[in-house]
Amino acid sequence: MLGQLTKNERQLALVILLAVGLWGLVFGVAGKDDPLGAHGWIIVLAALAGIFKIISIYYDPEPSDDRLSSYYDDPTKLGIILAMVWAVIGLFVGDWVAWLLVKPDLTFDAGWSSFGRLRPVHTTGVIFGFGGNALIATSFYVLQRTSRARLPDQLSPWFVLMGYNLFVILAVTGYMMGITQSKEYAEPEWYADLWLVIVWVTYFGIYLRTLMRRKEPHIYVANWYYMAFILVVAVLHIVNNLAVPVSLGHAKSYSLFSGVQDAMTEWWYGHNAVAFFLTSGFLGMMYYYLPIRAGRPIFSYRLSIISFWGITFFYMWAGSHHLHYTALPQWVQTLGMTFSLMLLVPSWASATNALLTLNGAWHKVRDDATLRFMMVAAVFYGLTTFEGSFLAIRSVNSLSHYTDWTVGHVHAGALGWVAMITFGSIYASVPWLWKQKSMYSPKLVEVHFWLAVAGTIVYVFAMWNSGIIQGLMWRTYTENGTLAYSFVDSLIAMHPYYIARAVGGLLFLLGALVGCYNIWMTIKTATHVIPESAADRPAVAPAAALQPGE
Amino acid sequence: MFGLHYRLERKAIGLVLAIIIVSSIGGLVEIAPLFTIHQTVEDAPDMRVYTPLELSGRNIYIREGCYACHSQMIRTLRDEVERYGPYSLAVESKYDHPMLWGSKRTGPDLARIGGKYSDDWHVAHLNNPRDVMSVSVMPAYAWLSRTALRTDDMGLQLKAQRAVGVPYTDDMIANATSDAYGQASPDSPFAEGVTKRYGKATNVRAFDGKPNDLTEMDALVAYLQILGKLTEAPYKPVAEVAR
Repeated sequence: MLGQLTKNERQLALVILLAVGLWGLVFGVAGKDDPLGAHGWIIVLAALAGIFKIISIYYDPEPSDDRLSSYYDDPTKLGIILAMVWAVIGLFVGDWVAWLLVKPDLTFDAGWSSFGRLRPVHTTGVIFGFGGNALIATSFYVLQRTSRARLPDQLSPWFVLMGYNLFVILAVTGYMMGITQSKEYAEPEWYADLWLVIVWVTYFGIYLRTLMRRKEPHIYVANWYYMAFILVVAVLHIVNNLAVPVSLGHAKSYSLFSGVQDAMTEWWYGHNAVAFFLTSGFLGMMYYYLPIRAGRPIFSYRLSIISFWGITFFYMWAGSHHLHYTALPQWVQTLGMTFSLMLLVPSWASATNALLTLNGAWHKVRDDATLRFMMVAAVFYGLTTFEGSFLAIRSVNSLSHYTDWTVGHVHAGALGWVAMITFGSIYASVPWLWKQKSMYSPKLVEVHFWLAVAGTIVYVFAMWNSGIIQGLMWRTYTENGTLAYSFVDSLIAMHPYYIARAVGGLLFLLGALVGCYNIWMTIKTATHVIPESAADRPAVAPAAALQPGE
Repeated sequence: MFGLHYRLERKAIGLVLAIIIVSSIGGLVEIAPLFTIHQTVEDAPDMRVYTPLELSGRNIYIREGCYACHSQMIRTLRDEVERYGPYSLAVESKYDHPMLWGSKRTGPDLARIGGKYSDDWHVAHLNNPRDVMSVSVMPAYAWLSRTALRTDDMGLQLKAQRAVGVPYTDDMIANATSDAYGQASPDSPFAEGVTKRYGKATNVRAFDGKPNDLTEMDALVAYLQILGKLTEAPYKPVAEVAR
């Protein structure tokens, strides 16, 4: 896969890997009395694996200049495989912790396997492992096609992909060792955060350099979303993770912010991780794969503009709806609620744009499970954003907050929207990438689709029920004016729903396993039946001269 | 407007700058004033900092992910105040780097758990919640009693806390390790220094029932027992607090 690296790039890769190895070594020694030491050695191992890989291809013949006349898809291929691996890990751990709420002793008598440490392994595994790899992989693919330009070099995409995966590995192994900042969805500690900044700046660099070399006068809407994803996540990540480490030999750090300011910063980050990681990036995916798969142009260019800037502006105000009725000043809560309601407009503009794009292609939705994945994703996107605005209303939030309703809402978005659009996009791009007519088994795509839909619906209905029952039980009064139920009463009432939720999660996991098998078989049986089409190539140099208008 | 956009989307740098500007406004308006508007955090002169042992307990609470299921934020709603106690004030978490307000109550709120149950109850409950409450779904934390508490870096921990704004004195930092030990060993010579530095009301007890063993269980129970007790402000009439 690394065959296209030039001699210079192979040398530079070795230098980078040596530097990373040295960094690991320093941590391994400086953190010998701390969990940081273990992370140091994990980094050393990762660097060694990379060095061996580079050495094994070091004396292979250099790539010819022919490579420049086709797109660079090797990192995308590996990124898709990694996304599926993380999906299975993240979904498995998620279902395990779901069963732990049914049978709390279904685990080992050891710290690493307790609910509190596994839960972030689930969230990071699915959001950053599955979602992040899918975003990086598809963004490279989409960026090249919509710019009609090849990635600027062969090394930096690999640095981004592998560096990002090192970050996720540090994150999940850290939680199991007890390394966490406790900031929800920003749990990794200071050194992993700094590493991610380096990776992310490189990622942005690739994006900008490719756009600069584009042969299309306009930047396509999918790239606006991918760029907003890269840029805003960088800002959120840096601000929310400002912290002072205990020492350079400690994994532990203390956040620069405390109390109410920290709460607001955390949910400004937390809600916009949903906005710019789980929405913006995946909308980028949708704006490319859905119209192509349907064979229809995007319904409305103007709706795309309105929804893009609406989302980019409104979302950043909405975080404070996570803090209704708390010690956060009320004016901030009110702003959060107001903007959350306004957010419905651009959100539904996107969902409408996607669904109306399918007009004229509904027979394809009926016959093609891949396109149906994307259609269902757009429907769930619409439903979830409506629910989100609804839950942000103060009086609704007084009931729903702290309950399973929030968990149900998140999973309607994560399973119904994020995972479905990702599976749809992956099923669309795997045959393209490995030059096949179709997936190994379109039937199994169909099986995966129904398992995913069934799992999502079971999960979401279970959590709606449990959440609303919880919220009502906590605020029910007897005729004498005393609270009617103890907390334990509400816990007992949750039991059947927790079973249903775990079953729903299991169905979803089974679907992902079917998907992995199907993708694996497609790759294994790939015989390069379809020659590369001329349309799927970067525009060659003279094309630049054809665009005097620029 | 669409014409303007037609031109903007042809410029990569222009698009980048526009995204950065448009997306920064919300955060600037909502977050920056929280640092400057005085009324955001109430005054509570009696508010004390965590002892080294309580801070270690807090770090264990973070490490084990307790915040994923337990909130520490009682909202200004009648049923919450009647169930858990006076609603939480901003000042109560002003030394919390980071805050642990939480977002989910799979278990009950813990903002005012301090003093509600005995140390023995907490130890038994953490060892195996099902021994105390048959229907509990909380994980068992039996290994806390078996694990010695790391104390050699306590001074560094306090120093880092001071760097982010918690007013630990040089005296507290210098004696951090012995204070951690002393707070869980009431008969040892180190116990006296704890109340001298952190106030007479500080709990000095063998939290896990074993005075000579400093375990992670000691630290976590010491932390749980101080929750909601760092200041009297929430228990006083509003007029006295707000100034």
